[in-house]
Amino acid sequence: MYMEQILKVLETNARTSLEELAAMTGKTVQEVAAYMDECEEKHIINGYRTLVDWERAGVADVQALIDLRVTPRRDFGFDEIAARLADFSEVDSVLLMSGGYDLSLTMRGKSFQEIALFVAQRLSPLEGVLSTATHFVLRTYKKDGVLYGKDPIDERECQ
Amino acid sequence: MEYEKLISRAAAEMRPSGIRKFFDIAAEMKDCISLGVGEPDFKTPWAIRQAGIQSLEKGRTWYTSNSGLKELRQEICRYLERRFDLHYTEDQTLVTVGGSEAIDMCIRALVEPGDEVIIPEPCFVCYYPITTLTGGVAVPLALKAENGFKLTADELRAAITPRTKLLILPFPCNPTGAVMRKEELEPIAQVLRETNVLVLSDEIYAELTYGHTRHVSIASLPGMAERTIVVNGFSKAHAMTGWRLGYACGPKPIIKVMTKIHQSCIMCAPTTSQYAAVTALKNCDADIESMRKEYDLRRRWLVNALNNLGLTCFEPQGAFYVFPSIQKSGLPSDEFCKQLLYSKKVAVIPGPAFGDSGEGFVRISYSYSLDHLKKAVSRMEEFLKELGV
Repeated sequence: MYMEQILKVLETNARTSLEELAAMTGKTVQEVAAYMDECEEKHIINGYRTLVDWERAGVADVQALIDLRVTPRRDFGFDEIAARLADFSEVDSVLLMSGGYDLSLTMRGKSFQEIALFVAQRLSPLEGVLSTATHFVLRTYKKDGVLYGKDPIDERECQ
Repeated sequence: MEYEKLISRAAAEMRPSGIRKFFDIAAEMKDCISLGVGEPDFKTPWAIRQAGIQSLEKGRTWYTSNSGLKELRQEICRYLERRFDLHYTEDQTLVTVGGSEAIDMCIRALVEPGDEVIIPEPCFVCYYPITTLTGGVAVPLALKAENGFKLTADELRAAITPRTKLLILPFPCNPTGAVMRKEELEPIAQVLRETNVLVLSDEIYAELTYGHTRHVSIASLPGMAERTIVVNGFSKAHAMTGWRLGYACGPKPIIKVMTKIHQSCIMCAPTTSQYAAVTALKNCDADIESMRKEYDLRRRWLVNALNNLGLTCFEPQGAFYVFPSIQKSGLPSDEFCKQLLYSKKVAVIPGPAFGDSGEGFVRISYSYSLDHLKKAVSRMEEFLKELGV
């Protein structure tokens, strides 16, 4: 059970130290470290990222969500096309979806135009891609459970 | 008007809460980090809030029966049986405005002028003043740190006199985090079985125990249900402090009299809260568990951090407080808290606010995010360094 707790804490704050994780779960530092190594090997932990608000950092950054309808390949289903899309370094995530379209991509670029060109010149011509619908992100209010630009306010009066 | 002369002497002499003093100073201070709060930082689980909203949409805005919605009382009985092996019927159950009202009703129903009420301290602040307001005699029983702030049979036996009417049993304990395990309750029960002393078992933190065994109610021990009034509520386990909803279960004749007093003073607990509470008991065991797990992580982290600072604490096994010794600082509790507040803007509560035996300790709540706790602990570290300890 402590393993799930470690993953939950890390998912919230990847900078939590081994010592802190050990204290929180009542395990030794070595036990926690071994467990994290195991998680990395098994790809349960797939990386440690920082949530950056690029808009606030003043760095040009445009994000887009792209809905793709594709033709699944015989024997391979959606896996082959998904793997090809995942190869693009511009693409952040590739998800197989239920509903009105098949694959959902998130990607980022320096400008709307850069993303539009990527879709037009590299995504759409791919064999098996039937259609694309590109949605640009205008503002991020909350991402991965974190409210952007806001400190949580403790509204309890009886402090 | 000479209000001093007009106000009842018993009310004027009521012991004020020592917690408030620090809250009031902290509230005025900018950038102050409080570790003082005694309520969950979680919001009430959404399903419960929605049930409250739905009851309003349906126009359920009347009084309920004095003792509370029948459906809620039935659910309370099922819940107590499911979670704590307690067997009550709906006519042994009174729904109150928070656990606090249940405590008030119980003491008022039982205590006559001159009756003694044994109050193991350090403990929550309300038992003493409510007892004195009824004309009863509050008999503080100083629990010992070396016993992990648990009540022992010898201590209880020594405190009982022919005038003893009631024992307050406040476990899991605010402020110490102490819990009484079954094997520790049995000798207490054995002492009580030979007497006519009743027990007010305040189990408001019953869901918040850590470790392998769950909370055990003294009322579940043989022969104890007939002499025990169990007080519990929704504030802590379901993060419903603002809904003001609690309950008492006990022997029919006592609950009947408590209900009579409640009928005159309160009429009934808030109707919206009662409908919401039905959902809380029916559908929200998983929410309780997820909050409990989060408290447990913070608890372990905080105990470790405080011990590293030299503010030694025994491991609290219940509620959401740590009660470290501040002996190392060389300061009395009140002074420690004042200096910490004024120099580092961190508010903790001095132990003596919960009874004289709390001297040498402070109460720290971990009903805060880990980030908040980390900031506070790092300020405390600076404070101790500057004190030269």
